[in-house]
This record gives sequence, C-alpha cells and structure tokens, in this order.
Amino acid sequence: MMILSGDPPRSRALSILLAVIILALLATPFIFPGAKALNVAAKICIFAALVASYDLLLGYTGSVSFAHTMFYGIGSYAIAIALYGLGPNWTAVAVAVAAGLPLALLLALAIGLFSLRVEAIFFAMITLAVASAFLVLASQLSWLTGGEDGRSFQLPELLRPGTVFIGKEWFGFPINGRILTYYLVLTACALMILALLRVVNSPFGRVLQAIRENRFRAEALGYRTVFHLTYANCIAAVIAACAGMLNALWLRYAGPDTSLAFSIMLDILLMVVIGGMGTIYGAIIGAAIFILAQNYLQALMSIASSAAADAGLPLLPGLLHPDRWLLWLGLLFIASVYFFPTGVVGRLRNKPGAAR
Amino acid sequence: MSELAVTDALPKPKRDIAPLLLPIVLAIVMIPLVGSASSWVTLTVASLAMGMMIFIMASGLTLVFGLMDVLNFGHGAFIAVGAYVGTLVLLPLASWAQADSLLTNLAVLVPAAILSMGVTGALGLVVERVLVLPVYGQHLKQILMTTGGLIVAEQTLYALFGPQIIPLPLPSALRGSFILGDIAMSKYRLLAMLVGFAIFIAIELVLNRTKIGLLIRAGVENREMVEALGYRIRRLFLGVFMTGSALAGLGGVMWGLYREQVHASLGDELTVLVFIVVIIGGLGSITGCFIGAILVAMVANYGGFLVPKLALVSNILLMVAVLMWRPRGLYAVTSR
Repeated sequence: MMILSGDPPRSRALSILLAVIILALLATPFIFPGAKALNVAAKICIFAALVASYDLLLGYTGSVSFAHTMFYGIGSYAIAIALYGLGPNWTAVAVAVAAGLPLALLLALAIGLFSLRVEAIFFAMITLAVASAFLVLASQLSWLTGGEDGRSFQLPELLRPGTVFIGKEWFGFPINGRILTYYLVLTACALMILALLRVVNSPFGRVLQAIRENRFRAEALGYRTVFHLTYANCIAAVIAACAGMLNALWLRYAGPDTSLAFSIMLDILLMVVIGGMGTIYGAIIGAAIFILAQNYLQALMSIASSAAADAGLPLLPGLLHPDRWLLWLGLLFIASVYFFPTGVVGRLRNKPGAAR
Repeated sequence: MSELAVTDALPKPKRDIAPLLLPIVLAIVMIPLVGSASSWVTLTVASLAMGMMIFIMASGLTLVFGLMDVLNFGHGAFIAVGAYVGTLVLLPLASWAQADSLLTNLAVLVPAAILSMGVTGALGLVVERVLVLPVYGQHLKQILMTTGGLIVAEQTLYALFGPQIIPLPLPSALRGSFILGDIAMSKYRLLAMLVGFAIFIAIELVLNRTKIGLLIRAGVENREMVEALGYRIRRLFLGVFMTGSALAGLGGVMWGLYREQVHASLGDELTVLVFIVVIIGGLGSITGCFIGAILVAMVANYGGFLVPKLALVSNILLMVAVLMWRPRGLYAVTSR
C-alpha cells in the first residue's frame, strides 16, 4: 500500500487488469518476439506516464490544457538537440535534462501564472494558441530543430542495440542495449506514475480536487487556488517533458510529428477519457487500450477497406482506409464522453450493471 | 416621445471607446514605419479585408459562447465544410465563374454562398442536437465533445474529397484591382470588406434593435426569467447556434476564395486564429470580436511586411499584450 500511496485500485477486476498490463509490459522482451511488440510496449509505458501527468490537470484540477504536447516536445527536442549537437555521450543527456526540464518548468509557470487567473475556458483557448505557435516555431527554426524533418541522433554506447551484455543470448533472447533502454523507459515511467499517485493523494492533491469541485469555495476556505493550479501545471509539465525525453531516447529521433502534433494531444485526451478522468490508474489502462488499438486495428482496417473496395461498395473503402483512423477515433471520443463519462476505471469501480 | 424620455432618464453606461481607437491608432502609427503611402494603403486594405473575413467566422463562435455559454471547439469544422460546399457549386459551374461579366459571376457566387450557409446551418442544427444538447452547462464535456466533432468532420471531408488541395480560382470579374494613382486595391478584398461590414451592422442591429435581439440579450442575463415569461429560449438559442454555424460556412467560402484553394486542414488552421480573435475581443462581445479580428489581421499584414520572421507568432504576442491590458478581453460581455 505504501508504494501506491494508500490509493489501491479499489476493484478486483481493475487490480487484475492492471496486474496483467504491468506483467505483460515487464515481460514483453521475452514473451513477444520482434521489434514491433517492443515498440508498442515502450510507447504504452511512455504514454501511460504522459497521460497520467495530463490527468493531474484534466482529472484532478478540471482544467483543459491543449499545451501538454508542447512540454512533451520540449523534452523530446532537448534530448535530440543535445545528443545531436554534443555527440552520443552521457554529458549530452545530462545537459538535455539540465536544460529541458527548467525550460518546461518556466514555460509552465508563465502559462500558469498568466492564464490560470482567467476562467477555465480561456485557459483551454490560450493553451491551444500557445501550443500551435510553438509547433510553428519548432518547424520553422530548422537550424535548431531540423524543421519538418526533425533530428535523428545516436544514443550513448550503453543503450545501442549493438551493445550485447551477458554472452550472446540468454534463454534464446539477446540481452542488448535496446532491452536496457526498454527497461530504463519502463522504470522511469513507473517511477513517474508512482510519484503522481503520491502527489494526488497528498493534501495538495485534495486541494486540487476541492478546486475542481468548487473553486470559489476552495478559495473561501483560504486556499490560494492560483498557486495550487500553477504548481499542478508545473508538475504536469515537468513529467510530460521527462516522458518526452524517454520518447526521444527510445525513438532516437525527435520531430514535429512524433512529439508536437495536435493529433498527439487528441490521443492523450482520448486516453484520459477512456481510462477514466481523475484516476491515475486510468492512464495506464487508457494508454494500453488505445495504443494496442492504434497499432493493431489499423491493419484490420486496411483489410476491411480492401474487402469493401473489392465488394464494390461506395464510400466505405474511403471511410475504412487506414489513414482515416482518426475518424473512428473521433467517433470513439464522442461515444466515450457520452456513454462512459467515468471511463474504464470508473466503470469497474462502480461495479458493472449498477446505475451510471 | 414619452418613450424617449423614459430611456433618457436611465443612467447610461459610459461608452468605452479605447478599444475602438486601437486599430485606428495602430494604422496611423504604421504610416511612418511602412514608409511608402501606396504600400500602406495596400496593407491596410488587405488587413481590413482579412479582418472582416475572420470576423465573419469568429462572430458565430462568440455569439454561441456569449449567449449560450457553449464553447464550440468544432467551429473550425463548419468553416471547412462551408468552403467545401462552396466548391461543389463553384467548380462545376466554372464556366460561369470564369465568364467576363460580373453578373454571371455573382449568379454562381451568391448561390454558392447561400448553399454553404444552408448546409452549415443545417449541420449546426444536427451538432447542437446531438453533441451539445447533452452537455449544456458542462464546459469540460463541451470541449471534449466538440473536439471529437471537429475530428470526425475533418476526417469525413478527407474521406469524401480526398487529401489533395482543391484549387478554387476567383471569378474573373473579381480578379485584379482598382488602380487609383499609384494605389492598387484588390477587388475581391473590397468585396470581402463590404460583406463583412454588412454582417457586422446586421448582427448589431438585430441584437440591439429587434425583439429577438432583446430576448437573446435577456436570455444571456437571466435565462430562467425569460423562460418564466413564456419564451422558448431553447429554440431561440438553437437558432443562434445555427446562425453561428452558417456564418462560419460563409466565412469558409470567402476564405477559400481569398486563398484560392480549399483543404480539409483549413478548419484546424482557422480554429486557432478564430479563438485568438474571440479571446482578444472578450468572450461574447460582437464589437470586441470585430475589433479583435481587424487587430489580428493588421498585426499579421503589417508584421509580415515589416518583420516577416515575427509574423509567425505575432498573433500570440498580440493576444498576450491585449490580455495584459485587459485580462478579460477588450469588451467582456459575460459575467461568467
């Protein structure tokens, strides 16, 4: 219980589901062969942490921010630019951390102080505008960021796939730098999620929930809501930046499409909604469901699309084309807000079949 | 006569004209900076035309927010749909649009505009009933629902029309410019200015001079009271939503013609711009929205001319500056 900050999943089905996901993630390099499975697993880890940090904003304080990918992008680009500029060594990684995290923190502080004074709706619009300006900047300042192409870079020796540890193979599985990177990502993400769980179960987290429920009353009780909201914003931004760094380390690349695009923001929103807002556990489940669907349903869609094209049906091939994945995502989005307002976690906690 | 006396007796709120002067002052300050008179006029006309088009698109959003307290993140979808519907008329009838007579051109242009307003208005009806109705009064869910709607609309456009950019040439009578001395004024920009200004006046008149406007304003102030008086405020607000959507559709066609191309990502691009305008103007204020649109267009045009690199983020800088001055926008109507 201590490690979960006294906030257990509170539902047997949920505990089992979480245990399955975590065990699968831990064992992925050994039970699912191939690079794709490992990529999917790493993405689930990174997004679980990113979505959990976003849940701190959306679920716990009730403020809709569209700038979360900006912080994610800052982390990604910090790693990419440092390793690209200083060469593949650990000093570069340290420089990236030392420069990226404070930058994310400062920007979050600026956005927070500037816009959290205004109403929630303003906050959403302002963050959307700032994030889009940041995206434009990242793709225009090509001398620094590589523009639309992004930046590819080499990892430090230890993390490269070519680095082989224990002999050649271990029970038939190669133990190399890639596996080490995977476990680095997994551990870091697990730590971040546990830290977030600690934050939301602290007195500070309770104040955030009070602000979400009734900001006026929280203020009347003597809490300085602007400061609390700004802290929450800063914590979420720093964790998002860390997740971005892990993402860049895993991909060995940072670019607008993988770290800043608006579609990533939508993915995050949807994962929070699917998993259940205001529950850090929801982030793990939302990320796992969504990323599995994204990676394996698209293949299914292309089969369905070509089948519909062969059958000569009008319109359907276009609608089922794998590139139209976002269309179904949007419908899922609406449906999940409409039918599952509490998400998977809320459903499981309230026992299936009960009202709401 | 007696009515006049009654209204005169009421203390009138002071007119707040500082924001009104802002674009004028900005334009005058730019004269020495731009240097040549002819480029200044060209830039100013361009700003006004662009501003009017942005106003047409943003006015619907600010109406819907100010009056119904609904934040529609899917507003950009109406803009994109409007632009595509416009192409459905303009492209098949290209021979009319490219004819040399203004009348023939308008005979295509006007139906295109009306059709896209009709389609986006009808779409507004569907969106209000399906997406917005279940989430009245819940801002968070409104944002989520309408964002979902935006994605669905954009992707459906991709599925129906394909991902390529559709060229949308201007009708020939509207191409080119009037030349006065060494000053050139683009014809289409003048038309856009006229249409935008007409819509601004129309909205102001409807809101301030008609019974419907009175009811809308009263409904914003105190919804229960107006309902208790026996007016169907829901239906009225539905009408407002549809009007807002139709205006977005009209703006979409005009913007498509202005850029001479249509693309499904148009909605995304303009959503941010329109939000900035609405924030600058103050949520719910038509006058504020009007001034905000012109300011944004001015900063984009003058900024692009003077410091091209800065133009990329000029909108954000303008928004920050305005919010520093007035944290709730130029004119904040809503008390929320």
